[in-house]
Amino acid sequence: MDLSTLTIAQARKDLDAKKYSALELTNAYLENIKAKDAEIHAYLEVWEDSAREEARKADEMIGEGKSLPLMGIPLAVKDNILIEGRIASAASKMLEKYHASYDATVITKLKAQGAVFLGRANMDEFAMGSSTENSAYGPSKNPHDTSRVPGGSSGGSAAAVSANLALAALGSDTGGSIRQPAALCGIVGLKTTYGSVSRSGLIAMGSSLDQIGPLTKTVEDSKILFDAIRGHDPKDSTSLPDIPRSDLGISKPKVIGVPRSFLKQGIEPDVLEHFEAMLESLRKSGYEIHDIELPNLSYGLPVYYIVMPAEVSTNLGRLDGIRYGLSVDAPSILETYEKSRAAGFGPETRRRIILGTFVLSSGYADAYYRKAKAVRELIRVDFDNAFKEVDAIAMPTTTSPAFKFGSKADPLSMYLEDIFTVPVNLAGVPAISVPMGNVMRDGKELPTGFQLITNNRCEEILFSVGKDIEKQ
Amino acid sequence: MKPNVDIKALAKLARLELSAEEVSKLEKEIPTILQFVDQIQSANVSSEAKSPALRNVMRADANPHETGKFTERLLEAAPAREGDRIAVKQVVSRTKK
Repeated sequence: MDLSTLTIAQARKDLDAKKYSALELTNAYLENIKAKDAEIHAYLEVWEDSAREEARKADEMIGEGKSLPLMGIPLAVKDNILIEGRIASAASKMLEKYHASYDATVITKLKAQGAVFLGRANMDEFAMGSSTENSAYGPSKNPHDTSRVPGGSSGGSAAAVSANLALAALGSDTGGSIRQPAALCGIVGLKTTYGSVSRSGLIAMGSSLDQIGPLTKTVEDSKILFDAIRGHDPKDSTSLPDIPRSDLGISKPKVIGVPRSFLKQGIEPDVLEHFEAMLESLRKSGYEIHDIELPNLSYGLPVYYIVMPAEVSTNLGRLDGIRYGLSVDAPSILETYEKSRAAGFGPETRRRIILGTFVLSSGYADAYYRKAKAVRELIRVDFDNAFKEVDAIAMPTTTSPAFKFGSKADPLSMYLEDIFTVPVNLAGVPAISVPMGNVMRDGKELPTGFQLITNNRCEEILFSVGKDIEKQ
Repeated sequence: MKPNVDIKALAKLARLELSAEEVSKLEKEIPTILQFVDQIQSANVSSEAKSPALRNVMRADANPHETGKFTERLLEAAPAREGDRIAVKQVVSRTKK
């Protein structure tokens, strides 16, 4: 088997035809991890023994003719998704020794399918960052150029898939954390419709924004993994009710909108060229490409950097050294809180907690948090209106390819990395990043991503157009 | 708007101990970030500012799980315990520091 070209779809056929066993497949990935992960650092922990055990069980089931789409498929899991009994640290010192008390709903679903869990993938601490440089355990490297970041926060997941250290991976996307690393590592990343995939067992960052989704090599694989994890869950109160696909009234997409005036936001020229070339190819294969206006899109980033830290400061309030996680012994309970949180949280997490505390503080909550919520609604309405005219909206996923470690040390310059991805999370709609070709930097070929956004629950449109993008 | 950002007061509210060095770093960074996000003040929200279509979802107050089913598993994660309780330091102290 050649892992560099292997997909979930192909592995499924091979496993069912007994060309190789699930154990052989898992062993091949474990060997790759042994050979390459010291350099890439995609994983925080590899579960060799249990992965082999899961693979053996999958082989038994396949032998009995009980195959399922993900049976025996080796996956990496972002370190903020709970697997019972396993450490889930969110790449933080705060949860370094925290063993999950229960399975996330997505894990329950994947276990029922007989998937194999190779290990937990590195990330920015509590999913805050665009480079994995905020991991308390050191960054992951971009497999295309190890002097560059893999993106983030799901950077370990993206690097693992890109370097063939997993066949696919789960990530989470709060403001671009699946799409941006997928773009920078040259793979496919799907941010799912808010409420389509259960967040039960996902360590919360910004609860009105967070979604779990797949990082895969192909659009077809993205759909396979999405189909395995989606669905209503009573354990997540924001979970959407199940609707049969036929009731969604999705027809073959043909009109793609491009928010031209928003794209004047500092895209590097060769990235823009690839984007324009892809639009042209899509036009030639029968799509109508229209310029559209989403007048409030430029407020996306400032709104996000108010709403998100507000939710972060609230969600991380539960990490206080009392119920679980790091606890620093101190004379009073107040000092236990203050010292445990100081010892457990890294600099970016602390920065966002302070920022979130400020925008929610009385005297400023009206001008910042409430105003941001109102502007967020304008952005949502912009998307709503746009989807009356077009089936999907296209933008580059990022303004540039992967950047060098340490080159965005100033927090605001790192935040700008999210400019094209955050409006999607604010509106709740789904979006996919599909590779659109490489650009050269310092003699290395670096991937870029084409982002396609569509209306709520219309992931099928993303898969349909996404497959046409892959053909170009 | 030029907000007054008191990092030490915010850290106190956030139950987060910060070193003097980090306080002075954040005293520069937070206002810069706030200046950036302040762009939203120019957005006109008067026309369409309605609350988003949120719905509150509550579980029926029925069929509780059997008492104690998860107690042990959750207490295992606690830093300190006394019997079936999480042990904490004294909350109210008698003497002022």
